[in-house]
Amino acid sequence: MGAKVNTAAAGTANFVDDRTSIGGFVKFFARKLFPDHWSFMLGEIALYAFIVLLLSGVFLTAFFVPSMETVEYEGAFETMHGVEMTKAFESTLHTSFEVPGGLLIRQIHHWSALLFLAAIMTHMCRVFFTGAFRKPRELNWLVGFTLMVLGLAAGFTGYSLPDDVLSGNGLRIIDGVVKSIPLIGSYTSYWLFGGEFPGTALIPRLFTAHILLVPGLILALIAVHLFLVFLHKHTQYPGGGKTDRNVVGLPLFPVYTAKAGGFFFVVFGVIALVAAVFTINPVWNYGPYDPSPVSAGTQPDWYILFVDGALRLMPGWVFGIPMEWEIFGYTLSMNILTPALILPGLFFGFIALYPWIEKWATGDRGEKHVLDRPRNVPVRTGIGVATITFYVILVLEGSNDIVANLFHLSLNDLTIFFQWAIFILPPIMFWVTRRICMGLQRKDRELVLHGHETGTIVRHENGEYIEVHSPLSEQELWLRVQHEDIAPLEIDPEYNEHGVRRKGYRWDRFKQSLSRFYYEDRVSPVTKAEFDEAQHHHGHGNAEADLQAADAKDADQRLTDEWNKVEDQAK
Amino acid sequence: MLLVLVLLALITGIAAMAAPSATAADAASADDVAAGEALFAANCASCHGLDAQGQDGVAPSLVGVGAAAVDFQVGTGRMPMQASGPQAMAKPAQFDQDEINQLAAWVASLGAGPAIPTAEQVDGSLGDAAAGMEVFRTNCAMCHGSIGGGGALTQGKFAPSLLETTPTHIYEAMLTGPQSMPVFNDANITPENKRNVIAYLEAQDAGSPGGLSLGAIGPVSEGLWAWLVLLGLIIGATVWVGARSS
Amino acid sequence: MSTPEHHEEPQVKNGFTDPGLADHRPRRADVEPKADKRAERQVAALFTVSIIGTVIALWAYFTKNDMEPGDVADIQSTNMWIGLGIALAMLGIGFGAIHWAKTLMRDHEMVEERHELRSSDEAREGAIQNLKDGAADSGLATPDESGTGVKRRSVLKGSLITAMAIAPLAVLVPQIGNMGADWNVGKFRHTMWAPGVRLTRDPDGTPIKAADVTIGSVFHVIPDGLNDLDHHHKMDQKAKAVVLLVRLDPKDLKIREGREDWSFDGIVAYSKICTHVGCPVALYEQQTHHLLCPCHQSTFDVSDGAKVVFGPAKRPLPQLPIAVDDDGYIVAQNDFDEPVGPSYWERLKGDAGTATVEEESH
Repeated sequence: MGAKVNTAAAGTANFVDDRTSIGGFVKFFARKLFPDHWSFMLGEIALYAFIVLLLSGVFLTAFFVPSMETVEYEGAFETMHGVEMTKAFESTLHTSFEVPGGLLIRQIHHWSALLFLAAIMTHMCRVFFTGAFRKPRELNWLVGFTLMVLGLAAGFTGYSLPDDVLSGNGLRIIDGVVKSIPLIGSYTSYWLFGGEFPGTALIPRLFTAHILLVPGLILALIAVHLFLVFLHKHTQYPGGGKTDRNVVGLPLFPVYTAKAGGFFFVVFGVIALVAAVFTINPVWNYGPYDPSPVSAGTQPDWYILFVDGALRLMPGWVFGIPMEWEIFGYTLSMNILTPALILPGLFFGFIALYPWIEKWATGDRGEKHVLDRPRNVPVRTGIGVATITFYVILVLEGSNDIVANLFHLSLNDLTIFFQWAIFILPPIMFWVTRRICMGLQRKDRELVLHGHETGTIVRHENGEYIEVHSPLSEQELWLRVQHEDIAPLEIDPEYNEHGVRRKGYRWDRFKQSLSRFYYEDRVSPVTKAEFDEAQHHHGHGNAEADLQAADAKDADQRLTDEWNKVEDQAK
Repeated sequence: MLLVLVLLALITGIAAMAAPSATAADAASADDVAAGEALFAANCASCHGLDAQGQDGVAPSLVGVGAAAVDFQVGTGRMPMQASGPQAMAKPAQFDQDEINQLAAWVASLGAGPAIPTAEQVDGSLGDAAAGMEVFRTNCAMCHGSIGGGGALTQGKFAPSLLETTPTHIYEAMLTGPQSMPVFNDANITPENKRNVIAYLEAQDAGSPGGLSLGAIGPVSEGLWAWLVLLGLIIGATVWVGARSS
Repeated sequence: MSTPEHHEEPQVKNGFTDPGLADHRPRRADVEPKADKRAERQVAALFTVSIIGTVIALWAYFTKNDMEPGDVADIQSTNMWIGLGIALAMLGIGFGAIHWAKTLMRDHEMVEERHELRSSDEAREGAIQNLKDGAADSGLATPDESGTGVKRRSVLKGSLITAMAIAPLAVLVPQIGNMGADWNVGKFRHTMWAPGVRLTRDPDGTPIKAADVTIGSVFHVIPDGLNDLDHHHKMDQKAKAVVLLVRLDPKDLKIREGREDWSFDGIVAYSKICTHVGCPVALYEQQTHHLLCPCHQSTFDVSDGAKVVFGPAKRPLPQLPIAVDDDGYIVAQNDFDEPVGPSYWERLKGDAGTATVEEESH
């Protein structure tokens, strides 16, 4: 039978290759190497969550009716009987209560969406903290960033589709934000909603965006993202034998076919498990959209919470100065524009451009394929932690009523606290993180120079007590000394020898001050010269240390023997 | 399903227990009023005054609040108040139902006010849950959450969860508007609609069709769950995938 | 791909020499046939779990198919069992495959060379030359016949660029133009409230007598006649017209100048649409007379002209002037004197021209 299968397989392969020359691709891909590390699978979680989204989404489109026509509910769910609602809402109830397994698929879809964005952001953090965005991957960072933004768009458009009170109030907030845009705000709102809010056009429009436009773009960009990963070959953590000119790992076929392929099933399985047990987005509690009701806990899904938090954080009056301005009779709502458009714009802009900001600081032009240990780039790590702090404060402020209710705090006090914290905490976290990183770097230097503490104390004949240190293995040592010692940029002087001011000096100055910010205050890795010096200083090299260690061990053994003897006798 | 029946039985049981007391309060005897006055003098008068006229900035006048207000405030343990705070907290009731009825009878004798509702008035099984939902989401959900899970108000005050509250107390709260809560008199929400609201809240006892409800407080708890449980479990799996086999 | 033997010179960093790849440590299954067998059995067991999961999911689907419509417990258990079945079916395959890869597949790390991504100088020059040749062939950059310069063909270029730049308008303008319906943003200014329109309860539309509104009461209000509109217009109008009606002790009420006759015996009516971004401001605390918006926590003081006392809103809620008609019902004196809801660019601008359009559309 085996032979038969083989002949059949060979025949098929021959047929296909004759017509496509696919052999070359297979040769190229089959044994492509990938380094093994758990943190390299975070992006995969996002990819698999997206596949689960596509699968469950196709199921849902079979039952969802994207229409704002109204009907009176006569379906299975008792607490909705006789309620006037749109077909979008009715079909959501129908899918949930009358299609066996329909509710499960809805819950799988929604949980996957939350997971999709959580995984994207975790993956971005991994890429950021290890410096995987450096040359040649800056473009792929941008592609990934765009995928994150598209993920937000996909999430928001989907969240709004059931046309329930919760998401409807979310749309109302969007309408309010859109209206605050100077000059074109009112018209943009009309364009979006097809007239006055809420209108009858929105659900079909969101539906098209949600199932065609946004996922189409996401799919295309995922293709680009993965193509670039293949083209660049994967980054790798530092270690013996790992350089910027190689990649060390296991082959795509069979190891990663099994590992990554199997991992898809794990992701799907865990999502199904959570969806089987936990309710998500119970629209039947919220009821169909109506502009009058609202419920406590009116929040967007978690990934939009930061905008909601910013809107809550921004006061309408700052020290008695109104944040809504009237200019020549026109109204400019800074209390809305600042948190909802300007701040997210700057925040996302900073994230998108970060690879270039760091490139200006290092002035480095080489390709980087070996990742940084976060401690070895204290300023970047500090910036990352400060950014996360900033984001988390916004998310917490977006949940302040929930937090207040849970811990019996005053939501007013929480808001005031966060209003200060948003300015104070990120710099503090930056400073603390940077200090911790430098502390860890110093610890690494200690280890390299003096070896591991063994906890064994020996007493010399002259009465001196010393602790025995055992030297690092060559792999341990290499991990701690392989990184580059980057010094601040040196730039050409402002005036040349003829006293003529050169072009581009100001730009260079800017890059230099940036570079100083990154690298002025730093802990350099141990050099071989320092290492040899330390070995020498330790007295008589490792031989003595080994001898001492052996002595100590002997003494230890003797003590244990004695003790055992005493114990035996006691019995 | 069994659980639901048990819960329903419990709730109707509690309502039934409250029922005789309600009628008792209506036909309060002079003995009850006298006993109530004594209880009041011993336990309430230090703040509300011996004549229940209240003290400015300390405690409100109770003239005309009615038996329903007393039954709610004392029956949920909010009164007597233990410590001052943003609002009086519910705690185990300090008096038994007979004593509460006596207190209520005395306060009701001071001035006309809403009476304790009858068992029939608070019997959710006679109400229409769908109509109750419409009333609830227009008038109640903004503070108490979409199914009564509770929510925050300003300055540390909050709208409590209604999931454990007895139908009688829910009815009384609507009628009397305790503390921050506005009054929903019978002209605003009819007695029938009040019962419909109770029916809607009782319908929640069956649980959520989708499984455990994560507190029914909206997307924040869902998001937290997505990070901690969903992503947590999967990252746990990645660590196992990435770890070398021994 | 290359084997470690072909590897180039080890790298030197900070004076230290790269020790090369760590030695490969064999796994138990590599050396013990027993462990190998055990791992194989484990993998097979995991795949079997998956098969069981599929059976559970199918069983749950076919047996629960006859569930009682709308029964919460039935929906719950169908949801759970199909979900658990799918979870097992997936996790079994996943964990099985990964366990296989981890224990039984060869795990010797291999090394692959990288190549600089920059294309070779030769390729770059070739690319530039090809582009130059192409540009020349296009006639845009051919040397002039006189040999003195290059034909600019600026007319051709200019017209092409212009054509390309404006062509999208032919598609986009009609599309965008159609998406905004009548573009009459003046509608923001008007609600259904008009002199004599009764305030009625939301959602059933029954009118409210002044006597019904006792102190401490709050009524969620819609204009009379709203429920007679078709659903679409009803929602559009409701989104602007909802009002909150409360009664305060008249001694608690600070009345704004010019609004002396807008309230009735302590009864005041304010727009329920937040002046921040438009959520329904619905949380009324009867003791403090504060109105809280649940979305972003703007807090308004109803006893003092609904001015902002906390949160992101800047403007007070618009007040609806009310009166009581001959039958004792509360009615509006007029529409709001300003647009309700969030601010927008031309909010303070008069609506000359749009007002007539608005009237026609009614």
